[in-house]
Amino acid sequence: MANDDAERKRRQRMRSLAIAWALVALVVLFFVVTIVRLGPNVAHPLVK
Amino acid sequence: MSDVSLNAPPETVAVPGGDVAEYLALLKPRVMFLVVFTALVGLVAAPGTVHPVLAIAALICIAVGAGAAGALNMWYDADIDARMARTAQRPVPRGAISADEALSFGTVLAIGSVLCLGLMANWFAAALLALTIAFYVVVYTMWLKRLTPQNIVIGGAAGAVPPMIGWAAATGTVSFESFVLFLIIFLWTPPHFWALALIRVRDYERAGVPMLPVVSGEAETRRQILIYSLILAPVGVLPAFIGLGGTLYAGASVLLGGIFILFAIACYRQRVGAEAERAARNLFAYSVLYLFLLFAVLLVEQGFGLGSSPLSLPWTL
Repeated sequence: MANDDAERKRRQRMRSLAIAWALVALVVLFFVVTIVRLGPNVAHPLVK
Repeated sequence: MSDVSLNAPPETVAVPGGDVAEYLALLKPRVMFLVVFTALVGLVAAPGTVHPVLAIAALICIAVGAGAAGALNMWYDADIDARMARTAQRPVPRGAISADEALSFGTVLAIGSVLCLGLMANWFAAALLALTIAFYVVVYTMWLKRLTPQNIVIGGAAGAVPPMIGWAAATGTVSFESFVLFLIIFLWTPPHFWALALIRVRDYERAGVPMLPVVSGEAETRRQILIYSLILAPVGVLPAFIGLGGTLYAGASVLLGGIFILFAIACYRQRVGAEAERAARNLFAYSVLYLFLLFAVLLVEQGFGLGSSPLSLPWTL
């Protein structure tokens, strides 16, 4: 029973880590895609 | 799979609450690979250029969308999966992941992948992805699979759309060329899955899935496989006539299509015993290789700008 609990906690921790890494990857992906889509305009703000 | 497992109930896990690997298995990684690969060909073959980062982002979204469809399929089909040796060890029938968890997981990924594709590529491609997931889950999984032996013929459309999604991600639209890529996979699906159904006919029978060999018999299935193969082979050459495939593609598609027909004829002629099963297995294995090589040649040619053969028609479609 104690082994089952430990195993359950281990899996829960691994799932949490996987979700965390997936979220980090998503943030990085959105950041990079945004930079790419802005292209050269990122260096030329509209404000004059 | 041993024969013992054919009659045994799926092994249940001691500790429910799936491992990360179980959730990855829900995404059907092998199907995901094929989807990503064919979508990549659509993306590369499309006119114009796409920034590599945007292309990778689009492919990730398409891959996750395909995985979501797989998870939702496993959620709904858990009862069938539990009765089939090929699928009994999937996470839901094994009890590693509950059906509700699979449903939530699949739904979140489906919505997320469509939204991300819309934001990162365009909303037309996102709408196509959403439609494909809905078609696979609702039309194929929930409706046709348990209703008619034509299930994989019509449902196969879902698996054939990825090149069009890739094309749409690059151009914001679809074209006749992308439809030809769709058509190749659409016509490839029946002989591919019916060859598998011939090998697993008892499995499908036990699960009550009306696959063609179960409903119409193995002889009729072998006849239908041959008919579809005879249509598939010339359609597989079509990209060489519309400027999608070059000289290498023209030669490869004729050769690969010819071999496909030979395997289909062997499957048609061998009707009893171990020889018949071997013929079905050979066709199934070759069908995977056929599609992979056909699209790989297209990818190489398009990647190196060789997409025009002497067979190309002198007008644009």
